[in-house]
Amino acid sequence: MEILILLLALFVLSLFLGVELITKVPPTLHTPLMSGTNAVSGITLVGALLAAGSDSSPLLVNGLGFIAAAGSDSSPLLVNGLGFIAVTLATINVVGGYLVTNRMLAMFKRK
Amino acid sequence: MNPTIVSFVYLFAGILFILGIKGLTKPKTAVRGNRLSALGMLIAVVVTLLDSSIVNFSYIIAGVLVGGIVGATMALRIQMTSMPQMVALLNGFGGGASLTIALAEYYSQLGQAPTSFADILTPIAISASAFGQGAEGTIALVSIGLTVLIGAVTLTGSFVAFAKLQELMKKSYGLPGGPIGNAIFLAAAVAAVVALVMDPGNTAAMVSIVALALLLGLFLVMPIGGADMPVVIALLNSYSGIAAALAGFILGNTVLIVAGSLVGTSGLILTQIMCVAMNRSLANVLFGKMAAGGDIVDADEVYAGKVTSAQPDEVALMLEMAERVVIVPGYGMAMAQAQHAVRELADAMEARGTEVEYGIHPVAGRMPGHMNVLLAEAEVPYDKLVEMDRINPTFEDTDVVIIIGANDVTNPMARESEGSPIYGMPILNVDKAKNVVVIKRSLSPGFAGLPNPLFAMDHTLMVYGDGKKAVIEMTTALNQA
Repeated sequence: MEILILLLALFVLSLFLGVELITKVPPTLHTPLMSGTNAVSGITLVGALLAAGSDSSPLLVNGLGFIAAAGSDSSPLLVNGLGFIAVTLATINVVGGYLVTNRMLAMFKRK
Repeated sequence: MNPTIVSFVYLFAGILFILGIKGLTKPKTAVRGNRLSALGMLIAVVVTLLDSSIVNFSYIIAGVLVGGIVGATMALRIQMTSMPQMVALLNGFGGGASLTIALAEYYSQLGQAPTSFADILTPIAISASAFGQGAEGTIALVSIGLTVLIGAVTLTGSFVAFAKLQELMKKSYGLPGGPIGNAIFLAAAVAAVVALVMDPGNTAAMVSIVALALLLGLFLVMPIGGADMPVVIALLNSYSGIAAALAGFILGNTVLIVAGSLVGTSGLILTQIMCVAMNRSLANVLFGKMAAGGDIVDADEVYAGKVTSAQPDEVALMLEMAERVVIVPGYGMAMAQAQHAVRELADAMEARGTEVEYGIHPVAGRMPGHMNVLLAEAEVPYDKLVEMDRINPTFEDTDVVIIIGANDVTNPMARESEGSPIYGMPILNVDKAKNVVVIKRSLSPGFAGLPNPLFAMDHTLMVYGDGKKAVIEMTTALNQA
């Protein structure tokens, strides 16, 4: 329970910090702000990695992983499969978000 | 790796995200900020990969490869005019990632990995304590349910937003009953979350949340028109952040909570800015009809015999004499890909000693800051892009205003006609300038469906035709003068 309250405190303080920071971003940078925060929300990759890499089922003890799951008669494992989807989507956000933001900001930089 | 060290590294990553967003408060520091943020992401990912619970890297490598290739291709290939579509897709992927993480966490805590589709639906006798002791178990289940709900809404809602922006879906469809239909879907989804919390093994409840939320995302965005997209995109941006923060509660992961709440507030603040700029409440944008109520204004009556049209070379004569010119871009400039032509016209005027600035309305374009990015692409210095509140007092000292592809944001009815549906919306007071030039294909109304009395004013000239072509002709004529 104490942990939960700590997490909640962190959440609320981060919201206030977010308001303070974001209101100072000039309108001219609002599009890069959106793509940049998209990249930041790709932090779910951290959770996705844990789900995709977990040893969630006895079926996977052999460690052959993806190939075994896809190639064998047994159905692919739901947890790792969902983890794979999550890793893919979050990586698109991280890689796509940072790259496209960088591309846009480079245009604002030159004078 | 030692969990204490991992926590410290996550804290450090969180600090880098915060510094990264702080960098975005100034164009000069923005590139560095973005890199700091990316560095934070890198170290958070690396330290996670060292976690001892990760035993199987094959799914991870496959996912990172596929995601990395797709993400990099999108980022490097996308045209600046299509940036709203890109952000819409990224919002959707973010929601989808949170959705699948929450589902993975749910099924792994059930302890009984389903091996077939039927297993997904098979109820399992399990108590909330499998998800944590006492209240913690309940909170974990609530977080899982809400993450799935918000993640799924963000996923499908963003894809509809993408389809609308890409003009794959041109009409607006809605549930019969409109907002009431949506409210029923939302209530049913929340009821399913409650059912899941009461009985964690009730897998049918979980499947219902997913199905209802996916549909809700579709129905929420389908009725919303193109010009309201800035609000929708900003709101979905916020949802993707909130879903990430909730996923952080499920996993007890601090960096997810910090990053998710930063993204959540960013989206909410942008939503708020967009709503204020349209003088509409969020509920009105999401559920309302723009033209509801108000006097019906007859376009013929407004325009009859009062509209003066001109050719680009006549406008060039006027620009020759002008000391100060303000260019007001709108979505039409993006559609015509006219940003480079506009910059060349501005260069030609500046070469003659004319002062040129750009007046940017907050909702011009299809997402917050859309016009700024397009003009930055055309190498217009950012200090020439002036926001509404600062440009408005200068119109009285402006010789010529050139409006390209904007309509409703310049409509004086918003200021003067109390019965009008757009009354009270802040506009660019272009009619205060000495001369107004409107480059437009025809007199057709903008998104609000209203005639614009500006077009009929004595000091307004209409230049009909393709925006890019008209601007190029003006530049040519001006250079020859």
